[in-house]
Amino acid sequence: MAILLSRRSNLLAVVVLLLCQLFLYATVSSSGSVLKQGGGEEFSEELLLKPFPDRKVLAHFHFQSRAPHSSSHGRHHHLFPKAIAQLVKKFRVKEMELSFTQGRWRYEQWGGFDPLSSNNAKPPGVELWAVFDVPQSLVDVYWRNLTHTLSGLFCASINFLESSTTYSAPELTFKPSFGNLRYGTLPREAVCTENLTPWLKLLPCRDKAGLSALMDRPSIYRGFYHSQRLRLTSSESGSDEVDSGIGLDQTLTVVLQPSSWRTGKTYSVETNIQPSWSISSIFGRNIPGKCVIAKSSNVYLQLDNGLVGELKNLERENAKYVANTFESEGFQSNHAFKISVTPDKVFEEVDNLHGKSTSVIYGFSVEKYSDSQPFDLGLTWKIPVVWSCQQAPLHASRFLMGSGNERGAIAISLEPTESSEGLPTSHIIDGRCELRVDIFQVVPWYIKVYFHTLQVFVDKQPRAMADVVDKIRVSPSKDKVSPGVMEMILKLPCGSKSAAFSLEFDKGFLHIDEYPPDANQGFDIPSALISFPSFNARMNFSEDEFLNNSPILSKFQETSPVLSYTEVLLIPLTTPDFSMPYNVITITCTVFALYFGSLLNVLRRRVDEEERILRSRAGHKAGWISQLLSRLSAKLRGRPQEQPTSSLPHSFISFRLVLKILLVASIAVTWQYYFG
Amino acid sequence: MAETEVSKKRKRPIVRLAVLLLSHSVLVSVICCTAGVFGLLLLPVLAKNTYISENALMPGSASSMLSNQEVSEANKLIKELNNLHSNPLGATTESHGIIAKYMSNLGAQVNNHKFHPQLNQFHPLHFFSGPDSGVMQENSTRSLYGINTVGIIRAPRGDGKEAIVLVTPYNAVKGGVRETLSLGIAYSVFSLLTRVTWLAKDIIWLVADSQYGEYAPVAAWLRDYHTPAFSNLDSLNTETCHVGNNNFESKISYGIRRSGTMAAALVLGVAYGNENEDTLGIYAEASNGQMPNLDLINIVHYLAVHRQGLRVKVEQFHWLLNSKWVKSLGEVFESLGKMVKTLNPDWKLGISAADYVEGAATLASSLYHQALGVPTGPHGAFRDYQVDAITLEFSLRISFDRLDRRNDFLLHGGRINGLLGGITLFHF
Repeated sequence: MAILLSRRSNLLAVVVLLLCQLFLYATVSSSGSVLKQGGGEEFSEELLLKPFPDRKVLAHFHFQSRAPHSSSHGRHHHLFPKAIAQLVKKFRVKEMELSFTQGRWRYEQWGGFDPLSSNNAKPPGVELWAVFDVPQSLVDVYWRNLTHTLSGLFCASINFLESSTTYSAPELTFKPSFGNLRYGTLPREAVCTENLTPWLKLLPCRDKAGLSALMDRPSIYRGFYHSQRLRLTSSESGSDEVDSGIGLDQTLTVVLQPSSWRTGKTYSVETNIQPSWSISSIFGRNIPGKCVIAKSSNVYLQLDNGLVGELKNLERENAKYVANTFESEGFQSNHAFKISVTPDKVFEEVDNLHGKSTSVIYGFSVEKYSDSQPFDLGLTWKIPVVWSCQQAPLHASRFLMGSGNERGAIAISLEPTESSEGLPTSHIIDGRCELRVDIFQVVPWYIKVYFHTLQVFVDKQPRAMADVVDKIRVSPSKDKVSPGVMEMILKLPCGSKSAAFSLEFDKGFLHIDEYPPDANQGFDIPSALISFPSFNARMNFSEDEFLNNSPILSKFQETSPVLSYTEVLLIPLTTPDFSMPYNVITITCTVFALYFGSLLNVLRRRVDEEERILRSRAGHKAGWISQLLSRLSAKLRGRPQEQPTSSLPHSFISFRLVLKILLVASIAVTWQYYFG
Repeated sequence: MAETEVSKKRKRPIVRLAVLLLSHSVLVSVICCTAGVFGLLLLPVLAKNTYISENALMPGSASSMLSNQEVSEANKLIKELNNLHSNPLGATTESHGIIAKYMSNLGAQVNNHKFHPQLNQFHPLHFFSGPDSGVMQENSTRSLYGINTVGIIRAPRGDGKEAIVLVTPYNAVKGGVRETLSLGIAYSVFSLLTRVTWLAKDIIWLVADSQYGEYAPVAAWLRDYHTPAFSNLDSLNTETCHVGNNNFESKISYGIRRSGTMAAALVLGVAYGNENEDTLGIYAEASNGQMPNLDLINIVHYLAVHRQGLRVKVEQFHWLLNSKWVKSLGEVFESLGKMVKTLNPDWKLGISAADYVEGAATLASSLYHQALGVPTGPHGAFRDYQVDAITLEFSLRISFDRLDRRNDFLLHGGRINGLLGGITLFHF
């Protein structure tokens, strides 16, 4: 019987195998057609590399998936992740952005003006915002459900954003919305591979092929900044042919240190030469060709305008090099640096109203590379170049003031950066040059901010609030219900050298079980968002068909305000001694035990009966030792033995007591001595 | 009836006890006092070794990787600063420039901090007055000012919420080899920390201008760090200071750069040792007898003794070390301990007389300083802002003039690095 069974199972396995193979062939042969028809779904992958002035290299992966709206194509998808499509459909998400970030974006070194930093510099931890396509009364419910779903999808504690104390509804500054936007951050969320793996699962090729094959976990997490982002846009109405459906943009931004840095001498003048790097030296891997089902697969190398300007200056100094070699083909091996692969395309930023240098982007298509001939882009520097990235118009920093556990103040200071002097001042209103700055800040409820204490200093002079603040929206915190939100639209005079705002607060108390783990370290105040709506972080390229198909470059061309996040603040709050509750519990239990013990004793004792029993027992037999002793003493005294009464002689009792204690003590001492 | 009378006569025992005690109050107080003193004398005997959970804190998990390169760089800094001493005129400004240059070469963000010292820090009349008293004085001391140099390393992967402060007092005018050496140590540690990737907290290095005492510059810097003045009236740091002819000097800002909340602070100093061993002195008492978190002291002690083989010397009363009666008391306790040990070898009451004397001296010194309420060093300023801080003082047996010896000494910086590693993990 057993033999028969196994034979049958063998046969079955063969049949299954055959079927599988058949199916495989079918899918492989049909994949081409799927690509062509597409079902309206597309996927494209891109990678942007950019050297930074402080010897680091930025790698920015961008994966874009698009799907037409599910009503037109049923509920099945070819490329688009089903989990996301379901999420969009179920929670009626109009727009959503989720980011996991580790480390901080250094605005001073890595720039803060270009679209790359404005879009991809995120506060540490988790940031989530979403716009829902539901009536306002339902938004909170949908938000809660969404947080739970995302928390399951990405293995993160996003579900903590469910509580109304953690999220807020900005209206003025964050994004134009009509009350259906929710925003929440978790500054202390640690980001690691467990968050990256589910994120990669949304890609059709995962990290098995294409650009995502570069994502070697150790080298990615060795970086100085790591931000993984997921952005969803969906449009219900099918009126617009291009944009209808769901768009999913997944980006991973890492700032890495090329490894050659360590070997170089750190102190000497030679340090000014930038480290040479290649994709394989940064990631430890190569690009093994494109992901087969991707529509396009490109790698870009961006040299930002500061660098290009510096290179041009250098070139001008060197008389033998003619200017304008940048535009020519020979640019990829000029005297300053050398690119190992010939670029397929060179894009140069067009602009600029004020004749400043513009950034250059080299495009490389990965399509012609394969496993046997992997793509590896390298950049070799020949001469030292020093440049700086373009910074946001004002450098914002936020810090705490005061000391002690009772009260303090939050201060935001804005200082013009070096690069801001040459910025266009096109926003002259009523003959006065003004700079518009939006500040959005959320403060948890246990930091009780007094919004009336807002003080404004411009150029070190105290100013009336009405002079500077154009619009302000404040929603004070409610204990254990909602956080305090402050949104301000400021109009700063253009030439101001500094601006500072301070807000006083009281530190609140929490209930013992509301303290997070490691409460002694302090409590986090999420980053404030500073945006400069009068400046647009966008790049203009000359019209090209190619640009519109490239997700990264088309993103660069979108008009978006310059954004920057401030630091996360850490506020030490009074924390109880966490062993205290246990002490309290132990003490109360002891007291209760004592109380109930004695009470029970009193209640269940029947005094009369006990006395009777004692008397009768005493009548029958007093302890035999005492009887013996009393008899002995009687004999010694020569008196007749006394009848033992209930009141036994005290001397005897104490004598016995002492005897017993001595006995026990001696036993204890011997025990200690021999066995202890 | 008779029974009630008796019970009235015989009061409750607690009352009787109280009456008894009151009637013999002198005797009782004498007994209590002697018991207290006896307990105090017994304390060194009962003191246990501190236990550090290595798994929880992982002190010293950061191996010291101080290379010769850092040491030679630090030596260069020391030499440059020592050369300045030959011409005291202009030494102050130049020394700031040199220190700032070295700091920024390491990739740190540098700024200068200008302050007006508040003299008479512990004036008896100002003891209870608020911070206003300092402002009142300021007018008279306008012309006097000192300049601190501050360098900040941002932790590569940290979020910048917290910072650890390294302080080296340095007097450019009168500072001897001793102070430049402490700068050298701090520099080598700092340069090492710029290259490590495990840093979880930012590191702030404050070179405190100790022309007006060691305490004042640190206190002034902390005050400006925590309660900056936004308005123009009392801002010092905006005053443009064109003293430096150095091109580099003009680049350094006078505005305060900030990092996150301070988690801990270490003050580094070097003393001329007259002992037979290299020792590390720890000073912890802050104003009004406040003490930092003892874990900080414990970690430093643990790392110094177990990992680095340094001899740790907590502050002591030296006259007690030589006093005969403490020694004889120690001997008494020693013999007592031996006797107890014969009863049960597990009872570790025994302590050698020498240890006892040392313990008693340390205890007495700590008691004295806590009772006095005057901080024992610049670390005292940190305690006012709830920052744990201690002063570490290295001392050596040989003079610092010999170069090889100095190099050796600078390599000790690596030991501090281990300490800092432990402390960065401290709150994590």
